[in-house]
Amino acid sequence: MRIPISALVGLFFTGAFFLAAIFAPLIAPYGMAEIVGGVWDPASSTHWLGTDAIGRDLLSRMIYGGQTTIFVASAATVLSFTLGSVLGFSAAVAGAWVDQGLSRMVDLVMAIPALILALVILSVLPVTLTVLILVMGLLDATRVFRLARAVAVDITVMDYVEAARLRGEGWAWIIFREILPNALSPLVAELGLRFIFAVLFISTLSFLGLGVQPPLADWGGIVKENSSGLVYGIPAALIPAFAIAALAISVNLVADWVLSRTTSLKGGRG
Amino acid sequence: MAEMLLEIRNLRIEATSYPPGEPPRDVVLVDDVSVSVAKGRVLGLIGESGAGKSTIGLSSMAYGRGGVRLTGGTITLNGRDIRLVDARALRALRGREVTYVAQSAAAAFNPAIQLMDQVIETCLLHKVMGRAEAEARAVMLFGKLGLPNPESFGKRYPHQVSGGQLQRAMTAMALCPKPDLVIFDEPTTALDVTTQIEVLAAIKEAIHDTGVAALYITHDLAVVAQVADDILVLRHGKRVEYGATEQIITAPGEPYTQALVSVRSIEHVEKTDAPAVLQIQNVTARYQGTKFDVLKNITLDLPAGQTLAVVGESGSGKSTLARVITGLLPPGQGRIRFAGRELAPALAARTRDDLREVQMIYQMADTAMNPRQTVGTIIGRPLEFYFGLKGEAKRKRIQELLDQIEMGKGFIDRYPAELSGGQKQRVCIARALAAKPKLIICDEVTSALDPLVADGILKLLLALQAAEGVAYLFITHDLATVRAIADRIAVMYRGEVRRYGAKTDVLAPPFDDYTALLLSSVPEMKMGWLEGVLEGRRMAAAGN
Repeated sequence: MRIPISALVGLFFTGAFFLAAIFAPLIAPYGMAEIVGGVWDPASSTHWLGTDAIGRDLLSRMIYGGQTTIFVASAATVLSFTLGSVLGFSAAVAGAWVDQGLSRMVDLVMAIPALILALVILSVLPVTLTVLILVMGLLDATRVFRLARAVAVDITVMDYVEAARLRGEGWAWIIFREILPNALSPLVAELGLRFIFAVLFISTLSFLGLGVQPPLADWGGIVKENSSGLVYGIPAALIPAFAIAALAISVNLVADWVLSRTTSLKGGRG
Repeated sequence: MAEMLLEIRNLRIEATSYPPGEPPRDVVLVDDVSVSVAKGRVLGLIGESGAGKSTIGLSSMAYGRGGVRLTGGTITLNGRDIRLVDARALRALRGREVTYVAQSAAAAFNPAIQLMDQVIETCLLHKVMGRAEAEARAVMLFGKLGLPNPESFGKRYPHQVSGGQLQRAMTAMALCPKPDLVIFDEPTTALDVTTQIEVLAAIKEAIHDTGVAALYITHDLAVVAQVADDILVLRHGKRVEYGATEQIITAPGEPYTQALVSVRSIEHVEKTDAPAVLQIQNVTARYQGTKFDVLKNITLDLPAGQTLAVVGESGSGKSTLARVITGLLPPGQGRIRFAGRELAPALAARTRDDLREVQMIYQMADTAMNPRQTVGTIIGRPLEFYFGLKGEAKRKRIQELLDQIEMGKGFIDRYPAELSGGQKQRVCIARALAAKPKLIICDEVTSALDPLVADGILKLLLALQAAEGVAYLFITHDLATVRAIADRIAVMYRGEVRRYGAKTDVLAPPFDDYTALLLSSVPEMKMGWLEGVLEGRRMAAAGN
């Protein structure tokens, strides 16, 4: 089994980001909230990326920030996919009023712009990581629901699903054994995209001050803290932006590769 | 010897195949095939799927579908080798000298444009004639092809005419620019038998009147025998036999051709009566939200261990009947009794034994099996689900079932995509059999298969019936299949049972009008059959 170059590149960088996130306390040269230098010191051998607006080491902030951002985004994505796809498949399999009820409810949520809805909810609730994950996961689940339902509706009309119904199979078998394996390809493609949207969403929330709260670091927060430096030609705010872009590209390179493997019908999933 | 229009010499066609996980390799689709068509003659190309018939047909306009390459030989049309001419000359030739009639007319017409504009498009594009002249010619062709109201027919849109009419409209489209050669690619395969005979007669007459030469591609030897002067039998891209139609039909030289000619000659003597396993009593059904009864007061009995064939054309309600029996569509009125008990109308209310004892085999084996499950999972699931078999016991039973359907050991871990069409249908049969059913509903199980493969499936079904005593409800539009397998026959037309009884009674005169039409429309493997039938119908019509 040969792995294409693009997938190798994607795997390498995705792996690097996730390892850095998991082992942040071991890798980071300084503490997350430790003030170690002057305001916006330029890059040097002791501070590879320089220091931030109040003299904390930017590299350490980036590594800890990556941990928060990637953790929140992953958890929200897992939540949205589990919830969205199970409900979407159920709606397609059950049809009739179950489908109508769920679909109209999702339409209702989707009619309100996600960011505004999130801002409203977060301004009422206490902003903790759990609440953030739940809000992001639930809002994103509506998008996944739409996709999962659309894919599953095409699959439920296939003769093999009818054969399973005639056999007397319950909904669990039909959803997880008949539909899920066949719906995996579009869902995996969507997973890569949704994860990146989640990264952007949490970064946006933090930038607006309703996401991850200081002193905890996250990439959106780092942009916010250092944005005023841009006026003086300090590039600190751009570094999280590069990190987000790099993560987005590498995750999707991996998703593309997984996609090409899952589309093979001859047992290519190995 | 008439003047040669098309001469194909030593044609070789290749394509590149990309098996997953393996390096790409070249496959030979057509290997060293030579044929010639004289002006005004019809050549039949016949063979099973994958034999290369369509590929050869399209090569006569130097066209290869996606990735197909013409790699050897010469194709001489009107005296020049069209493999050597440039793209501009090819464009001038396609639609002008050679035209094409596709299998699915419904998919080949643009649903948003009136038929007339589509029929004369090639004429205008190639500046063969002006609009007025082209429209006049189209109307003339509509008339010749027996379409209703030829003057106004062109004003209609594709969805406003029937499948058979659309196929004839496409024939008119092909004939309109006065081509030298028309390629007919399975033009009647998707049609009902009663429609097929009309289209066939129309095509034959149009070919005769316009003096055009034709390539007629089909898998049905009986059909091609009615229209072709010569026949080329193909298998796996190679020539099997090439000769005059009469010789191929009456004195086939090669074993493969002999098998094709004698196909569907299974003799099946109907069984004597037995107690009924399935009784359908006064069943009426309609689909939700419609006001039209698809089934009207159906009453049928199926004796245990026997076969009831339900025959009819598309729209006759025969597949709906299967949905009612399985419980997918609860009947509006009427009762279904099965093995001495009454079946609940809806699927959800039936017991697990009810479900186990009625199994179903579908027309398209491709969509009837989950492409993500191995053969072992597909056959093993009913064993696990109904009988709780696990591990070694399950594997042993799967192997027994695979042996019963005459498939060997290596198949248990394969995916459906790695099976041939006939093997897929066999696996579906094994899945049904795994439940130890009393009744198997077979919905057009052989109509998507090549004749020889279909024959094998029918023989297997008969053998399994003898061994297991299972009853079949056999839904089909193909009367040859019915003769081969049925003990009882029900002829359905527009939701009603027109004729019902033991096979010999149903297939013996006196007939009602519809059954007579249906029976006389099944192509027979002899020359002149088409003329005979049409002559007979004309006489009957004149007699009235």
